[in-house]
Amino acid sequence: MSGRAPVRGTQVVKDRFISVFIGVFALLWIFPLAWTLWSSFRPYKEIRARGTFSLPERFGIFNYTDAIERMDLPRYLWNSALITVPSVFLTLLFGSLIAFVVSRYSFRFNVGMLLLFTAGNLLPAQLVFIPVFKMYLNIGDLVGNRRFLFDSPWGVVLIHVAFQMGFATFVLSSYMKTIPKEISESALVDGASVFRHFWNVMLPLLRPPLASLAVLMTTWIYNDFFWALVLMSTDKKRPITSALGRLQGEYVTDYNLLAAGAIIAALPTMLVFFALRKQFVSGLTLGSTKG
Amino acid sequence: MFVGVPTFLHVVLVWLPAVLTILLSFTFWTGINFGDIKWAGLDNYTNIFTKTPAFYDALRNNVIWLVWFALLSTPAGVLLAYQIDRQIRGHRFYQSAYYFPVVLSLAVTGIIWNFMLRSDGFVNGVLGRDIDDAISFFGNYDINIYVIMVIASWRHVGYIMLLYLAGLKAIDPTLREASAIDGATEWQTFRKVILPAMRPVNIIVVVITIIESLRAFDIIYVIYGTSAGLPILGVLVFQNIAGEGASMKGAAYAVLLFLLSIGPIIAYLRQQFREDVS
Repeated sequence: MSGRAPVRGTQVVKDRFISVFIGVFALLWIFPLAWTLWSSFRPYKEIRARGTFSLPERFGIFNYTDAIERMDLPRYLWNSALITVPSVFLTLLFGSLIAFVVSRYSFRFNVGMLLLFTAGNLLPAQLVFIPVFKMYLNIGDLVGNRRFLFDSPWGVVLIHVAFQMGFATFVLSSYMKTIPKEISESALVDGASVFRHFWNVMLPLLRPPLASLAVLMTTWIYNDFFWALVLMSTDKKRPITSALGRLQGEYVTDYNLLAAGAIIAALPTMLVFFALRKQFVSGLTLGSTKG
Repeated sequence: MFVGVPTFLHVVLVWLPAVLTILLSFTFWTGINFGDIKWAGLDNYTNIFTKTPAFYDALRNNVIWLVWFALLSTPAGVLLAYQIDRQIRGHRFYQSAYYFPVVLSLAVTGIIWNFMLRSDGFVNGVLGRDIDDAISFFGNYDINIYVIMVIASWRHVGYIMLLYLAGLKAIDPTLREASAIDGATEWQTFRKVILPAMRPVNIIVVVITIIESLRAFDIIYVIYGTSAGLPILGVLVFQNIAGEGASMKGAAYAVLLFLLSIGPIIAYLRQQFREDVS
């Protein structure tokens, strides 16, 4: 009995120390973003002339308006949307279709298929892109339009869907295991077709994981720049994340302008993150621990 | 039919190209005309192992990446998750603060850190150095890998933290209560009660740590492009595909990268599919 008090006392001290330590680091963590944000409100010329730590003379959103006009950011944001929205939609659709079949209908290859998809999700993109690149070009030639898949948002959408399907399927099938079979059984007893079973019975029940997956997928796909870089040659069609690279080179002399551009590019995912944090966490939970 | 279309897509766009790349690594090809493909046997590989010093530089950098992640970033994430789960004051804020770098595109991350570490950026400013006198964080070969590691960790710590946090929430609280009643310190509780209970998540964390260090590419590309600024396996694949001297060495690099990742990938699959298989 008497052994407990000293432990508790030192624990409180330790906890306070830990709290402070983590707190300080948290501020350090945010700092780079804060600095970029701060700098985005200041003109580059002023920093050059008067030093990094000078007190601001001009302070405002001129870099942002400038960025939107000169860097043509709205177009890139639109490209990003053009790629991200269909990708997320198709991934979730296919993922739920497969998860549905795999968990509700006994199929010899069930586990094998899940394995296939999950492993496919983990393959490094470098292992895959050369043949995909060639494939897109050749399919394009076959169809008569070289840019049918290559250099087209649809080509990028397809590869994203192909890769992310695995994760979506895995999460959804894990979740489906927790849905009682009775619901499906009663639907079948009622004479529902497979399609109705899926669409009217299963899908509504899948809303929570679908929401979480949607949040995660949107973030990942929006943030990706590798595929658009490799599979698109026209810069004007690229999503904002891939375009930032080129913009970095072009505007290398005006870093504060670039900072504004970067903040604009980061806004969508940051907003999604702050608004839908719960979905983020539950999405990762479903994906990393079973059931 | 529900299943056929997506499966077809996945196989054609992921597995087929993977197999093709592996095959291509055994050929000589400039990548332009199919007729030019010539069998090369293991030549690309011997070339890499014996005639390409950059390969060993890259390997060294990947190993540094892995060790840093394994000894610093991942443990930091795990411990952070543990503390935040204990709900120390301000834990909600901390969760967001540490995690948000994960939510940023690496292109944005590259710009942010470039900004911090430029010759007229924040760090050089704090050190009181002029442009002419500035430390070249990205150019200096002795320190640049470590600089990159800091940036990579900025993101990795939050990622691991959130994964672990998600797992921690599933742990039975009575375990912790029992441990407290027994008079254990938090550290003892962590080591002897929590850690063993988190075995599935531990495996996932280890696997992700390894895979991420091997796959590393995005942040290097954003900062260095395809220049030889910081050799790393992921970039070597790229460098050898495009431009003059294009050969299938890039494919060989990709295969090597893949082989190194196979161990962790299999471990991950075994962990996830345990129940199904048994």
